[in-house]
Amino acid sequence: MKPSKKITSKLYMTVLMVFFYLPILYTVVFSFNTTRSLTHFGGFSLRWYEKMFHDSSMMQSIFYTVIIAVLATIISTIVGTITAIGLSKSKPIIKNVVNQVNDLPIMNPEIVTAIGLLMFFSALGIKKGFGTLLLAHIMFCIPYVILSVSPKLRSLDPNLADAALDLGATPWQALIKVIVPQIMPGIVSGALIAFTMSFDDFIISYFVTGNGVNNISIMVYTMSKRVNPSINALSTIIIVIITAVLVIVNIAPIIKEKREEKERKLT
Amino acid sequence: MKQFRNMTYPYILWMTIMIIMPMLLILMYAFTSKGNDVATIQFSLQNFSRFFSDAIFVDVLKRSFYIAVITTLLCILFGYPAAYIIANSQEKNKVFLLLLITLPTWINMLVRTYAWMGILQDDGIINSIITLLGMKPIKLLHTNFAVILGMVYNFIPFMILQIYTSLTKMDKSYLEAASDLGANKLQSFLKITLPLSLPGVISGITLVFLPAVSSFFIPKLLGGGQFVLIGNVIESQFLTSGNWNFGSAISFIMAVIIMISMYITKKVEANLNTMEKEKTE
Repeated sequence: MKPSKKITSKLYMTVLMVFFYLPILYTVVFSFNTTRSLTHFGGFSLRWYEKMFHDSSMMQSIFYTVIIAVLATIISTIVGTITAIGLSKSKPIIKNVVNQVNDLPIMNPEIVTAIGLLMFFSALGIKKGFGTLLLAHIMFCIPYVILSVSPKLRSLDPNLADAALDLGATPWQALIKVIVPQIMPGIVSGALIAFTMSFDDFIISYFVTGNGVNNISIMVYTMSKRVNPSINALSTIIIVIITAVLVIVNIAPIIKEKREEKERKLT
Repeated sequence: MKQFRNMTYPYILWMTIMIIMPMLLILMYAFTSKGNDVATIQFSLQNFSRFFSDAIFVDVLKRSFYIAVITTLLCILFGYPAAYIIANSQEKNKVFLLLLITLPTWINMLVRTYAWMGILQDDGIINSIITLLGMKPIKLLHTNFAVILGMVYNFIPFMILQIYTSLTKMDKSYLEAASDLGANKLQSFLKITLPLSLPGVISGITLVFLPAVSSFFIPKLLGGGQFVLIGNVIESQFLTSGNWNFGSAISFIMAVIIMISMYITKKVEANLNTMEKEKTE
């Protein structure tokens, strides 16, 4: 690229990054504010963090978010993987129908899925709360797990499992020792998607929960009606954790590669 | 390996109960009138006639689609150059830039939208800068601008990533061939890069338009109470006025219009592709 073009693109990306990170920076800065104001910084303090840790409804919503995300991830990853393996051996008609239905919650606007579930739970007379929230999260997580496991199964050599069976393995052994290890990357990325979908979900959770069971998103939504800098404190903690995890995940392979290179040089 | 087939059956049962049944319920409620017993279902178009005969609801629907279209166009306009720059940058910068683009999407959408509330306030940072420059502060929060800004902010990363993916899949030798045949940079961009990246733009449109048209917390937080989009109407029908029949009908109308728009978008893309092919033949 020409130098002038390079400067333009650098400038463009810088402006874009300011746009991307301004709200995040803003949240972090104002979480340390001494006053309640969201517009003027009065000085450094940790009072909103202290307040957050003493706010039982906030702590409870963090607890529910994490526990729902963990349970929904575990269940949807297991069910999704089993289904994907079954689907890879199923007739094309069944495969097609299941895939089409799975696309519904992904392609539908979230609010449509949300009201469908709301009416469904009440038609069955299930009380809204922890159970409905968990069921709903499992429901919208499984399609993503299937979507991320299926491509790995398609590229799998079908003869491998057959060979295992011919050599005397039970179907269960063939599944656990031959198929699952090979599709592990797909399972892991499916689980990651499921976790973040569940952790961040607002719309569906907002409609299907009740009985005082709230997650972080619902809490932010209901609290945002009046000024509450504790939200900034909580957000800052989430931002720090996510940034740390993403940086580690992205940098770890680079460090590993460098170390391996060093070892290669030494030997 | 047929014995693995029955591993699908539990999920088929689950799917029928948890995905298909709720969708059928929406249909059932949409086409019946309020106070109807499940046992005595009576088909009625009352909800639909109420929606289309009331100018307020039709206006809300129009405004929702208008806002979503503007948001989508802005995401393409600002997202395309970014995707292009990333796709053409050095390998080590690429990883870093992609991380910078995706990082905010991992942080809760509500949290990020909440931050904009502070920034856009009458005495927030933007207006402080404006007054420092000696100009009068402008009202930013609770306007169309704030709602569109919030939507573009939340959804543009999806557009950038989709376009980026289609740009990196492109065979670079086409560009070399074009320049060998005497095409200049602009020509080869318009004739090769742009058409080949269209699938990315189309899937980006799906990822931006869908959540934008049905969003209800962005207009509520940034648009204030008076700024109502179709998502807000659905929410209030279910959570405040409790008219599930009418709410289901509105969702149904929205879903149908979305499906039609998606179908048209796909058609346009297919037509563009065949036109390109005919031209080259």
